[in-house]
Amino acid sequence: MSAAPQKVRAGAEKIDVTISAVTPLNELVTRFEFARSDGEPFPPFSPGAHTIVELNDGGRTRLNPYSLMSDPSDLSTYAISVRRDDHGRGGSLFLHRNVSVGDELTITYPVNLFPLDLRGKKHLFLAGGIGITPFMAMIAHLERMGGAWELHYSCRSRALGSYADELKKRYPSKVQVYFDDQAQSIALENLLNGQPLGTHVYVCGPKGMIDWVHSMTASHGWPEENVHSEEFLAPQPGKPFEVWLCKSDMLIQVGENESLLEAMERSGVDAPFLCRGGACGQCETNVIESEGEFLHRDHWLDDDEHANGKKIMPCVSRFVGKSLILDR
Amino acid sequence: MTIQFNKESFRGDYTFHNSDWAIQRFPFPFHEDSYMYSVNMEQHRGGPEGSVYEKRFDVDEHYVSEMHDRALVLAEDPLRCQSLPHMTLAGWDLLELIMVAKSEDYPELFELHRNGDTWRWVNKPMEIDDTFTFLDETTLPYGPMEYITRQAQGDWCVLDQRDDMLWMDAGMVTTQADWSLDFDIGMNFFEWHAPVPLAHEMGIFKRALKFLLNIQQGAPARRLNWTMTVNPLLDTSPENYHKWGVQKTTLTPKNIGAKQHLRVELQTFFRLPRSNALVFPIRCYLIAFQDLVTIPKWGRRLHRVIRDLPDELATYKGFIANRPMMLDYLSRYDDGLATSPGVWPDLEIEPELQK
Amino acid sequence: MSRFTFPDSIASRPVYGTLEPKQGKAHLMIADAEGAEALLDLGMHNPDIFKNSHVIFIPKDTGQTYIGSLADLDPEQFYVGPSYDASVPRIRRVLSGAHMGLQVYLAGTEGLIGQAQNEAMQAGIPHTAIQSEHRGSVARRMQCVHCKGITEDVTTDPFVCSHCGLNLFVRDHYSRRLAAFQGVRVDAEDPGNIPVPVELYS
Repeated sequence: MSAAPQKVRAGAEKIDVTISAVTPLNELVTRFEFARSDGEPFPPFSPGAHTIVELNDGGRTRLNPYSLMSDPSDLSTYAISVRRDDHGRGGSLFLHRNVSVGDELTITYPVNLFPLDLRGKKHLFLAGGIGITPFMAMIAHLERMGGAWELHYSCRSRALGSYADELKKRYPSKVQVYFDDQAQSIALENLLNGQPLGTHVYVCGPKGMIDWVHSMTASHGWPEENVHSEEFLAPQPGKPFEVWLCKSDMLIQVGENESLLEAMERSGVDAPFLCRGGACGQCETNVIESEGEFLHRDHWLDDDEHANGKKIMPCVSRFVGKSLILDR
Repeated sequence: MTIQFNKESFRGDYTFHNSDWAIQRFPFPFHEDSYMYSVNMEQHRGGPEGSVYEKRFDVDEHYVSEMHDRALVLAEDPLRCQSLPHMTLAGWDLLELIMVAKSEDYPELFELHRNGDTWRWVNKPMEIDDTFTFLDETTLPYGPMEYITRQAQGDWCVLDQRDDMLWMDAGMVTTQADWSLDFDIGMNFFEWHAPVPLAHEMGIFKRALKFLLNIQQGAPARRLNWTMTVNPLLDTSPENYHKWGVQKTTLTPKNIGAKQHLRVELQTFFRLPRSNALVFPIRCYLIAFQDLVTIPKWGRRLHRVIRDLPDELATYKGFIANRPMMLDYLSRYDDGLATSPGVWPDLEIEPELQK
Repeated sequence: MSRFTFPDSIASRPVYGTLEPKQGKAHLMIADAEGAEALLDLGMHNPDIFKNSHVIFIPKDTGQTYIGSLADLDPEQFYVGPSYDASVPRIRRVLSGAHMGLQVYLAGTEGLIGQAQNEAMQAGIPHTAIQSEHRGSVARRMQCVHCKGITEDVTTDPFVCSHCGLNLFVRDHYSRRLAAFQGVRVDAEDPGNIPVPVELYS
């Protein structure tokens, strides 16, 4: 109809925030709390949502997604918990080292790719390590709305179990914590067998744990609609490569410590995105020509699409080879 | 400006009418001289001043009478408003969205005073002044969705989003183009659109679904749809089709200008923050042919669109039998001159009818 | 011959498959009339799953034809009921005590499949995880969109609503929640002009 044509901007709407608290939880994990710089309340969010934090790291823009873990009913603050990744590309290190109370940042409106199925008669949460974060918001929400839930939380050790003590103390009958260093593990098979019809299971943690839950639920006859997962993918560093962007008519270099999406943005190309973690499908890009090998790391394309080399998700996937031409 | 609310009816004696203001701001849906399905989505972030696109939820001269008509429909058939049990939170989301938007966009008509969870809502045109506790259903006379949509023009479909799909799981539907919420509730996006011809084959719904699944908080979208209605009847429901269907046969060359209405739906889409559901308001605007042709560009264009529309679409939209009579009437307002691109009336640049 | 190939139709019209054994600790099988043949076919190649199966069978007009052979499958529980309605309290009781991993198999007429599917959905199983196989009568369960009454076993188009008496045409638009197709007044725009009813799919 074109009443007043407006170009769709890449990414979600943004909010200016000020860091209101920085709380180290243990050797690896720190919680960051935000207040809105304009003093207004935050928009409400649904549990499971993430925000993308925009960091200015010495002139370079970093956009990193983190689950919102604060109580969704508290609109005065948003909080994230960040695990330091010493081998990553430096986003989490930058937050840990360079961000302190009073700093101003930009974050996006919440986007939810890991929502609760509100029809669930019961919600069974399985967390691994820093994967606890979305469940913090889900638990607060279900406690308020009177929903049935149960959490099984696996961490490396008592010392590294972020929020484990707090959760166990508050909800002793609903929370089970397992410590790897004490050789404790979730007895998944028993757990699954006892669940009433209409239970939904949610898993957030390392890839191995997610795969384990998917294969175990499938072999126990759980419908896939009742199994939900979110894996936090950060773009991995890799060998630099070169890409010709057809529509933009330019050749760009993707550096070792940046993603293809970031390299496009750095070059002034307005590429679509939402999650920046290989899950939402927004940045899907057609490959026009390629000579080399794709390093697909997303959850969006299926196996066939990964094999046929006609599409790439530039937020997490890379390329090694002679030449790559993209329809962007 | 202050809106003068019409006293009018959408049934029986059909006293519905559009003022000159309402005619000129009518959301004419054809941006060129032909029509075919398309996804035609754009962002819904305002529009020209005074247009129906300007505010998040347009309020116009028909507001009070439309709400009265809705109350009549619900008294006769409460099944027009339903919400599956898991959609209550989305209902509160919707209540919040509408109250915030209306009180900000029309402060002279609506007020919202929030003190923690204690909210006071003032709707001056409808003489409502209620205080209630947010998220506590026992403090409202109806469920949250029903409460607020009894005070908001247009139909409201509240869609749950799960498994990369949208589900019609709640709604207030009393001004619909011949579909039944009671029948369609619980269906997925493809299922409730199943009866629409051609568009599935064209891949329209697949593309539309992909777009809608990605609508984010703070970034609403909109599109237009249209059909035809004989008499300014808002409630063209399947439930009552056995009563209104026969009205289509009352059209004569003499009364067609007054009786035949173009029916346009302004469809908007908002992500609901607490529930992650999507609300899909479908706002219906009606205009009599005789009023529409007072805008020379629209008269020329409507004739061409209706003349060239594929038979399947004319059948689906329910006017294939009356099309020849409509064309006889509309051709009088088409002098063959070129029309300017876009949907606006362009009164300053479009010549008067040369006939 | 109990099998019928439905013509291609719109997206809301249910599509039926062929029952296959699925992994799960318990199995609930509900069938009416010729639907028994689908269970017998399933049992022929997969006799083991019946050890953990609860079979609910409504013979309708097939009398004793299938009861003996179904019993021979030796299900863990076997119930023969006089009508679908009579079996509903039992179905609800079974579902209310069931655990995740229960597999549901439905076979027979569209009316039975639709209604039993709705019970399983209410209990928390997504409809896509419920297997169904059509056998026997192609009669439809129709809802009158005007009076909301359900007319069972409709075999002609148009038909007369058994509640309000309007002549309705048969649409392919289908509601899982109502387990019914939609019937709409056929002579709304030309009262009294009612086409001669023809058999469905003729």
